[in-house]
Amino acid sequence: MSKVSKHAYVVHSGSLDKLYPVFMLASTGGAMDAEVHLFFTFWGLDAVKKGGLDKAGLPGIMTLGTGMMKGKIKNVGVPSLVELLAMCRETENVKIYACSTTMAMMDVKEEDLIPEVDEIVGAATFLDIAMDADVQMFI
Amino acid sequence: MVNVDVELDCKGMYCPMPIVKLKKTTKTMESGQVLRLVSTDQGSIRDVPAWAKKTGAEILETSEGDGEFVFIIKVNK
Repeated sequence: MSKVSKHAYVVHSGSLDKLYPVFMLASTGGAMDAEVHLFFTFWGLDAVKKGGLDKAGLPGIMTLGTGMMKGKIKNVGVPSLVELLAMCRETENVKIYACSTTMAMMDVKEEDLIPEVDEIVGAATFLDIAMDADVQMFI
Repeated sequence: MVNVDVELDCKGMYCPMPIVKLKKTTKTMESGQVLRLVSTDQGSIRDVPAWAKKTGAEILETSEGDGEFVFIIKVNK
């Protein structure tokens, strides 16, 4: 078996079209025995607020097409973001971090976050993880 | 013919479901046991071998027909 691979993602966007690749890659990475670290910052923080994943929509003018897109996702049997998050957790390989500065800027309290958030951290913690990660992405 | 211990039907599912289900199922299996996965997601053709490479599983057989992709996988732990 090859060495454990480490993946570090900055999740900066809170829109549906960006969160899907995040959770699809994270759940798959976890299933491939990788250690996956997701750092939620700026608009990405909305995704780890209670009810946030359900509220995520398409960005800008495309927002009008959110319902249609969600319907299509459901019809083809692709899991919802909430279900994908549960799959990530089930692998026991996906860690979720909330950015402490974003929380202060956007007046988000710890109790506003979903219980799946492992830790509230800062940039140095993320960089410490990312510096020796095999995959780094900013989404 | 290889003796199959566990059957996993992923027909109609799309990425990342077959891989997530594959991991979940093999978690409960013992080392050396064999799983037969059937998928209709075209991504599986390369995804399943990639998963096996990372988790140490061995692909014993693959076949394809009628839009179905079949993988016989030996779990190594």
